[in-house]
Amino acid sequence: MSRVLLLQGNQAVVEGAIAAGCRFFAGYPITPSTEIAEELAKQLPLVGGKFIQMEDEIASIGAVIGASLTGKKVMTATSGPGFSLKQELFGYACAAEIPLVLVNVQRGGPSTGQPTSPSQGDVMQARWGTHGDHWMIALSPSSVPECFDLTRRAYEFSERYRVPVILLMDEVVGHMREKVVLSDDYENLPQPMRKQPTCKPEDFLPYDGGEDGVPAMPPFGIGFRWHVTGLIHDETGFPNGSPEATVKAMDRMYHKLADHYDDIVRVEEFKMEGAEFAVVAFGGAARTAWDAVTMARAEGLKVGLVRPITIWPFAQKHMEKLATQVKGILVHELNCGQYVGEVERAVKGKVPVFSYGKYDNEPATPAELLAEIKKAMGGVK
Amino acid sequence: MALKIITKRCKGCGICAALCPKKVLAVNEVEKVEAVNEKECIKCGQCEQHCPDYAIFVEK
Amino acid sequence: MSTEALIDKYFRPGRLPHIWCPGCGNGIVTGCIVKAVEQTGLTRDEVAVVSGIGCSSRASGYLDFNTVHSAHGRALPVATGVKMGNPKLNVIVVTGDGDCTAIGGNHLIHAARRNLDLTVVLFNNSIYGMTGGQYSPLTPFGSKATTAPYATIEHDFDVVELAKAAGATFVARGTTFHAQLLTDLIVKGMQHKGFSLIEAVSACPTSFGRQNKMGGPVEMILWQRDHGVMKAAWDKMTDEQRQGKFPIGVLHEDNSKVEYTVAYDYLIKKAQEGKK
Repeated sequence: MSRVLLLQGNQAVVEGAIAAGCRFFAGYPITPSTEIAEELAKQLPLVGGKFIQMEDEIASIGAVIGASLTGKKVMTATSGPGFSLKQELFGYACAAEIPLVLVNVQRGGPSTGQPTSPSQGDVMQARWGTHGDHWMIALSPSSVPECFDLTRRAYEFSERYRVPVILLMDEVVGHMREKVVLSDDYENLPQPMRKQPTCKPEDFLPYDGGEDGVPAMPPFGIGFRWHVTGLIHDETGFPNGSPEATVKAMDRMYHKLADHYDDIVRVEEFKMEGAEFAVVAFGGAARTAWDAVTMARAEGLKVGLVRPITIWPFAQKHMEKLATQVKGILVHELNCGQYVGEVERAVKGKVPVFSYGKYDNEPATPAELLAEIKKAMGGVK
Repeated sequence: MALKIITKRCKGCGICAALCPKKVLAVNEVEKVEAVNEKECIKCGQCEQHCPDYAIFVEK
Repeated sequence: MSTEALIDKYFRPGRLPHIWCPGCGNGIVTGCIVKAVEQTGLTRDEVAVVSGIGCSSRASGYLDFNTVHSAHGRALPVATGVKMGNPKLNVIVVTGDGDCTAIGGNHLIHAARRNLDLTVVLFNNSIYGMTGGQYSPLTPFGSKATTAPYATIEHDFDVVELAKAAGATFVARGTTFHAQLLTDLIVKGMQHKGFSLIEAVSACPTSFGRQNKMGGPVEMILWQRDHGVMKAAWDKMTDEQRQGKFPIGVLHEDNSKVEYTVAYDYLIKKAQEGKK
């Protein structure tokens, strides 16, 4: 049986989290992500889970790291300045390979910025916000149903690859309401699981990646007394400052994601059959692009949309291929131009790459984007 | 032997020697503790309790 | 069990000698922690140790429990998640004066306020040792530090009073000289159902003692002997007699407040019964 609901994107995230088995949330109020905390405060106890409002954003991600170590699926959610604060322990979760889902409903920045306005200004911060080389996953939904689906996928990836996953939303998607069809009984849905050790506790090497580079992660309290640290460590989990151990640890963490590109990096194409020009857009901005591309097609223009759903790792192979298919690319995003730099890097000048960044607190209208498409296509000819 | 000294753990801080009520212990020239007067040991355990390095134990 | 056997049981094989300087009190405090665990009768699997960053926070890596060496100041938030995620675990938080009362100060007062069942062992050596001797919120007024070359003009916290005011339900202070007492206080803290904080006054001969001409490890531990006063005696002293000294022992205990995970179970029950 299923339920038909009219939900906000933020509420769909909550449903996705409960469906994926999230049983612990720690957060701090901040616009425009607060509904996620409010809704989980209500829902988690109903399924035996726990919600806690911590004293700040850093404490919130700290608490979810702790709960994750006990085997719980966990979430924290934030926006703007809160995302900056969470970077410290997000890096810890990368280094110690702690599964967690961090929702960032982006708002305009920098600083307090535009708290209630849509923005995609945290694209690069999501990738490089914490210090040091590190690898993580970020997913960006474009609709309310996709908020549900991608939240579940975030847990799948987080648990499968033992990595923190960012759900990179924007205010458009977070606060918009759409029809969502949800299962009546989430227990019938597949539950993402962490790899568990198959050896005896005395033989356990907590950071031995095995064949796929992903170490097993037993919960605290069942006999595997392992050590967790943000210092660079070897297979034993204890700090190791040698050049060899450092390179080995870093390479494993890189490869455990890079070697699974086809599983992790999802990109959706819309009207790309015979397209000579491509718009690249994601999240809330892709909604404008759907309409603008449809309008362009109606006018006979051979335009399609490429929508990265996985924002990080970057859709390198997809963009390299795209550069061989079309004569030009326009990247539309709600910022001054961030993702476009990555696209240019992949395209390597094979075709012209144009940027339509919008940062005036409002999403573009399809007509505005269509005008930019035409302008760019004129530049190609 | 009433005292067991694990020399490789000893860092020669001298706390055990100072707290010993019977002057049983002394730090030698290579900064390791030694029992210099072991027959006087009354097994009070002050050395064991205050050794920061788990380098000295009183055997019961 | 002999102390040697205790060390062998609770320390991870091959991890000793530890990194701490000669005469550092951290080893004494860590020894008191394992003695306390032994006295509680808990198995190693039932104990989690969460530390922050700093000299004392290195203790977690040596101990054969479920251990987290978290980030600077963040031991309490991580411990909060561990305890809420699995309330059956007895969670000990190992932290230092800078870790707990400067960068982690906000977390301290809120963890105390919630009365979550954590046992904080605060290794107070009055200085940032790992970074080489900068003043912390617990560095006594007028002390020298590398960042206070003309002596600090900042007033220090009394962390016992701070924890009490924030709502901690068990607060105690011991020293590395009073090691037997310190062990007993940690046992009481672990057995207390609620937030406990045990301040362990500890010596840093390398970074605090040297700068403040306190002598070496021996003089510093004897200083603790001469300045720590058992609570019963302290209560009878005049303000004049108390000058420069500090009370040790159980300094605050309140069993009237519900513990956080107990309250949470009640909240879940209430929510599931459909009440508001």
